[in-house]
Amino acid sequence: MNAPVHRPQLVDRGVLRFITAGSVDDGKSTLIGRLLHDARGVYVDQLDAVRRATRDRGGVDAAPDLSLLTDGLEAEREQGITIDVAYRYFASPVRKFIIADTPGHEQYTRNMVTAASTADAAVILIDATRVRDGELLAQTRRHSVIAHLLGIRHVVVAINKIDLVDFDAGVFDRIRDAYAALAAQIGLADVRYVPVSALAGDNVVARSARMPWYAGPTLLALLEDLPASRNDAALPLRFPVQLVIRAHGDTADDYRGYAGQVAAGVLRAGARVRVLPSGEIATVAAIDTHDGALPTASAGRSVTVRLDRDLDVSRGDVLVDADATVPLARRVEARVCWLDREPLDPRRRWWLRAGTRTVQARVERVVSRLDVRTLQTSTAVDQLGLNDIGRVVLTLQQPIVADAYDAIPATGAFVLIDATTHQTAAAGMIVAPFAADTEVA
Amino acid sequence: MNPAPTAADHPENRMSVVAAAPVALDHLAWLEAEAIHILREVAAECARPALLFSGGKDSVVLLRLAEKAFRPARFPFPLLHIDTGHNFPEVVAFRDARAAALGERLIVRTVDDSIARGSVRLRHADDSRNAAQSVTLLEAVAELKLDACIGGARRDEEKARAKERVFSFRDDFGQWDPKAQRPELWNLYNARVHPGEHVRVFPISNWTELDVWQYIARERLALPSLYYAHPRAVVRRRGLLVPVTPLTPPAPGETVETVSVRFRTVGDITCTCPVESDAGTADEIVAETVLTDITERGATRLDDRTSDASMERRKKEGYF
Repeated sequence: MNAPVHRPQLVDRGVLRFITAGSVDDGKSTLIGRLLHDARGVYVDQLDAVRRATRDRGGVDAAPDLSLLTDGLEAEREQGITIDVAYRYFASPVRKFIIADTPGHEQYTRNMVTAASTADAAVILIDATRVRDGELLAQTRRHSVIAHLLGIRHVVVAINKIDLVDFDAGVFDRIRDAYAALAAQIGLADVRYVPVSALAGDNVVARSARMPWYAGPTLLALLEDLPASRNDAALPLRFPVQLVIRAHGDTADDYRGYAGQVAAGVLRAGARVRVLPSGEIATVAAIDTHDGALPTASAGRSVTVRLDRDLDVSRGDVLVDADATVPLARRVEARVCWLDREPLDPRRRWWLRAGTRTVQARVERVVSRLDVRTLQTSTAVDQLGLNDIGRVVLTLQQPIVADAYDAIPATGAFVLIDATTHQTAAAGMIVAPFAADTEVA
Repeated sequence: MNPAPTAADHPENRMSVVAAAPVALDHLAWLEAEAIHILREVAAECARPALLFSGGKDSVVLLRLAEKAFRPARFPFPLLHIDTGHNFPEVVAFRDARAAALGERLIVRTVDDSIARGSVRLRHADDSRNAAQSVTLLEAVAELKLDACIGGARRDEEKARAKERVFSFRDDFGQWDPKAQRPELWNLYNARVHPGEHVRVFPISNWTELDVWQYIARERLALPSLYYAHPRAVVRRRGLLVPVTPLTPPAPGETVETVSVRFRTVGDITCTCPVESDAGTADEIVAETVLTDITERGATRLDDRTSDASMERRKKEGYF
């Protein structure tokens, strides 16, 4: 086993969550295994189990098959497939990483959408041996579209099996140019490229000596340097109230605070805020935590807010800047990915959950459906089935803060929960509040 | 194999990349904020939750997170311990003292009660009671009409856990069906259940063993002292150090020796083993954890070695 590399932590860049997109044939499991192994996210007993499994599969004297590190459930090992999103963890000296590893087969869209919903970045794996004449595989296109749809800001294209094309810079250049054209077409802004051999480890964690023509960073170095999470602190304030914290002290002063995680923007003590949907205005008297009061709390922080006056504030309300114009709507147009085995039936009722607010919802109509295989949009549709992505118009029983997902992801995202079965039926992203029905606070 | 170089070691790696934007939250603050959010979601969405508290390090972390989520108010749920009757006495004493110091209600249900009822049968009186906890837990869920159980399990512990949801659905038999999990998107958790069903909720899903120890060090959390290095009589068995206790006497031919050890997990006495260590503080354990080569369960659990899938099977049966 490697001698451990332990150095004092000089800087903590927090957490980066990323997904890996590609099929087993592209070497995705091997890449993740390599990343975990070389970054020391793998322990000796796990490696021993992999060595045993490699031998069991006939690989006598073979190097341990690192792709087996990501094998999960019994049924998966029996069938040689992966069923569900798995989460993997490792840390480098500057950052903690959470990988959402999505299976490449059945129900791919459902799983990738799930994994992408919490990801800051996507590593898109391209098998250098399978790109002919600069023609990318359909799945690369599909993965990239889903990554863009879910608002993933950063894409790292790992061009794998570069050893099998003799470390040819020309192959790398052609694939990079082909992907750059695709990225421009889709609208992906931040794309980086790295040639790797997941099997041999070139440019994954350790620099390769076999590609002198590549002067850029390794895959891990790229991931270490990506901007941390979505820069949600720069967005307008959104503070969805999770619950009211009340305590009766010994004195006459009862405690009443509004607990929540700042979803976007920065909450400031002394600032005037508006409570939506009621529209009432108050001043932030204090931002409390168990470790003491804070002058400000930016996106991501869990705090308890006290206001300077008694208002009727409860779970599902959203605090915003007092002077901001915020869309409140009872009708929204949204992109949805259908996750339920039972197709969308407009006669049904769902619970729509956005932020901390839950309201009843009906699907007024299905506007269009995107075929993720061909990327063609068809408008002559009236339902969506499992793994379909489409646009719908929803009518809500109560108004919600209807931010566009592309503008404020934390409040533009929602799920639909089947009111009867309680299944999570759809992932939704608000495109726009419906103009005719929009009230501006 | 050479030491794995860290990518950051190479100066040229720094040249072509954009400098990372400053982050508001370091990794522990990020994990803490997420866990507080999850605990508050349970309080808001579930009618009758309970928090599983054993006195072990992960559940000690959960209690601190609950303080951060709900103080100055009381916790909106009781603490629940499923006691195998095979716990280290020191851990049980710590459990009671901690609950009392917090002023929170602690409910204890024991495997012995399930044995007395006849719902748990052991082949031998001294068998590990670890798996039997599932029965007692499900009996407690039914008795207390719980719709949510908050636990300290982490996804890095074991591969069957890597696919566990944060809000993990259990049917009316308490079973986990890994093939039919609810998709979990963004931080929009689905806690809806029908009567008789419940959810298991894991606020520290995204934490690793190292994160837990870093948090214990940063928050100066008190733990049962057997988490820290101490001399203990052990025998070496199947590559593990097995503590010598009345429940786990040495086998014929085994040599009892006294070794400086600490426990990485504290569970049923009959299946929990310490590791050799001189680490006497949380900071020293952090340093050891950075360097360790063996997983937490691999170093310490006799029961997980039975089969590659033993955790997955127990989970399907209702185990935490």
